[in-house]
Amino acid sequence: MADALLEVNHLKKYFPIKAGLLNRTVGHVKAVDDISFVIRRGETFGLVGESGSGKSTVGRTVIRITEKTDGEVKFRGVDLYGLPAEDLRKMRPKMQLIFQDPYSSLNPRIRVGDAIGEALLDHGLVSKAEVRDRVLDVLASCGLSSYHIDRFPHEFSGGQRQRIGIARALVLNPDLIIADEPVSALDVSIQAQIINLFRKLQETRGLTYLFISHDLSVVEHLCSRIGVMYLGSMVETASRDELFRNPLHPYTKALLSAVPVPIPKLKRDRIVLTGDIPSPSNPPSGCKFHTRCPFAMEQCKQQVPEFRDVGGNHYVACHLV
Amino acid sequence: MSSMNAELSVNKQASPVPVKSSLWKLSVRRLLKNKLAISGLIVVVFMFALCFIGPLFSPYTDNKIHMAMMNKAPSLKHWLGTDALGRDVLTRLMQAGRISLTVGLASMLLSLFIGLLLGAIAGYYRGIVDQVIMRVADLLLTIPGLPLLFIFGALLSEWKVPTDYRMYMVMLMLSMINWPGLARMVRGQMLSLREREFMQAAVVLGLRDRRKLFNHLLPNLVPLLIVIATLNIGGAILSESVLSFFGLGVMPPTATWGNMIDAANNMIDFQERPWLWVPPGLSIFATVIAINLFGDGLRDVLDPKQKR
Amino acid sequence: MGDLLAIENLKTYFDTEEGTVKAVDGVSLRVKQGQTVCIVGESGCGKSITAMSVMGLVEGPAGKVVGGRIEFDGQDLLPLSRHELRTIRGNDIAMIFQEPMSSLNPVLTIGEQMTEPLIEHLKMSRKAARARAIELIGQVGISRAEQIADSYPHELSGGMLQRIMIAIAISCGPKLLIADEPTTALDVTIQAQILDLLRQFKAESNMSILLITHDLGVVAEMADYVIVMYAGKVVEEGEVVELFANPKHPYTQGLLKSKPVINQRQNELYSIPGQVPNPLELTESCYFHDRCAHCMDICRTREPRLKNVTDESKVACWLYEEAVVHG
Repeated sequence: MADALLEVNHLKKYFPIKAGLLNRTVGHVKAVDDISFVIRRGETFGLVGESGSGKSTVGRTVIRITEKTDGEVKFRGVDLYGLPAEDLRKMRPKMQLIFQDPYSSLNPRIRVGDAIGEALLDHGLVSKAEVRDRVLDVLASCGLSSYHIDRFPHEFSGGQRQRIGIARALVLNPDLIIADEPVSALDVSIQAQIINLFRKLQETRGLTYLFISHDLSVVEHLCSRIGVMYLGSMVETASRDELFRNPLHPYTKALLSAVPVPIPKLKRDRIVLTGDIPSPSNPPSGCKFHTRCPFAMEQCKQQVPEFRDVGGNHYVACHLV
Repeated sequence: MSSMNAELSVNKQASPVPVKSSLWKLSVRRLLKNKLAISGLIVVVFMFALCFIGPLFSPYTDNKIHMAMMNKAPSLKHWLGTDALGRDVLTRLMQAGRISLTVGLASMLLSLFIGLLLGAIAGYYRGIVDQVIMRVADLLLTIPGLPLLFIFGALLSEWKVPTDYRMYMVMLMLSMINWPGLARMVRGQMLSLREREFMQAAVVLGLRDRRKLFNHLLPNLVPLLIVIATLNIGGAILSESVLSFFGLGVMPPTATWGNMIDAANNMIDFQERPWLWVPPGLSIFATVIAINLFGDGLRDVLDPKQKR
Repeated sequence: MGDLLAIENLKTYFDTEEGTVKAVDGVSLRVKQGQTVCIVGESGCGKSITAMSVMGLVEGPAGKVVGGRIEFDGQDLLPLSRHELRTIRGNDIAMIFQEPMSSLNPVLTIGEQMTEPLIEHLKMSRKAARARAIELIGQVGISRAEQIADSYPHELSGGMLQRIMIAIAISCGPKLLIADEPTTALDVTIQAQILDLLRQFKAESNMSILLITHDLGVVAEMADYVIVMYAGKVVEEGEVVELFANPKHPYTQGLLKSKPVINQRQNELYSIPGQVPNPLELTESCYFHDRCAHCMDICRTREPRLKNVTDESKVACWLYEEAVVHG
């Protein structure tokens, strides 16, 4: 695809489980287990899943702060894992990550202005004299004021810190921003501010997002295409409209129906899943969802369903479809 | 509550308030409220002033023997009496303090330097370097410190190191004993800092190693270092006193608090002339307690997680 | 129906280095027999502290209940001794927390922790208690109850542990269950299970629930009556359908509008500007005034009282004071 900004092919990330005196590897947590997707320039791809689905690991492996086990990640046509360390470092400004926790992702002893500007200097993107102007620009576009520049992170609230984190990524003029649960640590009223900020920045700067979240309502609001993950595998991807109008995978359906809606006494047909998410170190055979699936068949226990296009770029991995 | 000090509104253009309070200023403000720590600091400052400025006002700084003035009890002329060689005890006490405090301070600085360097290298680069450094440190840590110091001290006497140099040798010995603990703490802190999200953010930003180390990691180590260093001075002063008391550290005629207490080894001095050994004993006691109080206060302020 | 729990003008303050934080400042609320009351608000609004005050869990020396009455079943809880409070706690009032992992002892098995209150409060024998514990584990929808009773907390998932916490909470047949953000740490599919479970127990035993949450979706699903808190005060309360249909306080309106809702797409979310005020810098005013679109002069200088606007709802806002708006 010509306009693909990020191409992920058969990405796998297994974390070894060490045990015993000799620290031998006794098994693997298959956090990401053969995942492929493409993000085109200018789109917002949402990655949804519950805890343990591996969605954050996908984000970290794609940006290579966690090393992959297998597979391929191509950013702007370049294989990220084929790059030598120094080339990778120079490439980094073009793909940025926004963290979930606005408290621990800022160094408490560095002034906000320095935290935002230091990467510009380090990469030699602007001269020392210009840094301040660039930082002030980006602060303004993230809804912060110029007098915030000399302050320390502890003087800010959670929502403001998240704005600082966004400004720090944005100042480098990245092509791709990976946002890992950027609003889930924030209160509802602040969440809305940050979601609006993401949206505004995309409109004004033509950014491309990989937006990782467990909250379907947030993802629906922001994303043009959505992928649903379960236990390290992608179970369904489709455009937003298609996914919410016509979810095909039973897990997607259950997830959609489980989201509480702020309308009291509303009677909904809810698919309440039984049981817990199985451990990713020992995932079920066949379709990983069969242990909780209300429609599981004999076939599901043995055969891994193929992730295939059912028409209109709607991919799903389920034997029922 | 500090995070709430932020401006009430971001969208509203509030007047720029010139409050720039770094974590340091906050810490100082909090430290000033800790009365115990501040009284500790006052005592320490007083001891330093006494030892380094006091002798300038003393008429008895010549270290000469005055046969006529042997073992006199405290009087107006000699506030703390005189010793067996007729020297003024107060003057000697102050001169001894200079040595003891200098040894404490210098050996702390040296062990801090070694410990920080090796600990930071081990924690930052990990792998084989880490293994080598930490195993050496472990080895030193497994041997009890005091016997090791005794052996060193005995060797110094054996090799007939000139007394003038012994002070420096003692400093070196004390730092050799102290750096492994420091290195271990620095390394532990480095390892935990590396895993903090802001360090991962530094990777994502593509910052150079140098910047990551000097701008991000080290400033976060400093509070811990200040605390350990302060508490270490007290320990070093004590160790030096013990060594000198046993005649294995700094030797007479250079006075230190430790070798002054040596007077208590003499039965008659111990019973009849308490002015010879009580003042240096009290000096050590007061200084070490004061340093520890101040150090504890610093820890509460700078490193709240380690609180009890 | 009488009130099971009646809180009157509760004030819980915390002394910090920089001054006194009025975490809960004059909160009154009532929970009737068999009713589910939800306290909703953002972090720092005092909703959890209210619950902890009821349980006598606000620990000195920093935090203290400085005024008000907490009446449970006709008995004032505040003057009670530690011992008397303990009998009520666990027996008649039970509580579940956000982090089930941290409220269970890691070195005791699930079974041991479940039998403890049964033996202490219900004076059961060890054997009977264990049998009851296993029965309870089954009731909260966990299979292999025997095996689970012998496992340690770290061996179970968050959802399982929250079920265990519920089992412990209901084991002594409480009249009131206080649930402080019980599903916040859980995934949506697990959250749905836990909420179903709570509803089921409520229907079976007619107990009351005081549910504390920040999630308006959970409120809509669970509540009969809703209390909205902001900066230590109740700003609005009312029957759930009415409150969601006709929110009166600008804060409640903003909160409802700013939450993205599934299948209701908007181009831009409404957002309440600014942020929660610093509790140390509060002066007499409506605490929401600097974020409010309808702020009037009086809002900056005088505090609005919580007053009935309809039979079923109360609001603390100057917009609803006839004399102010028209006079």
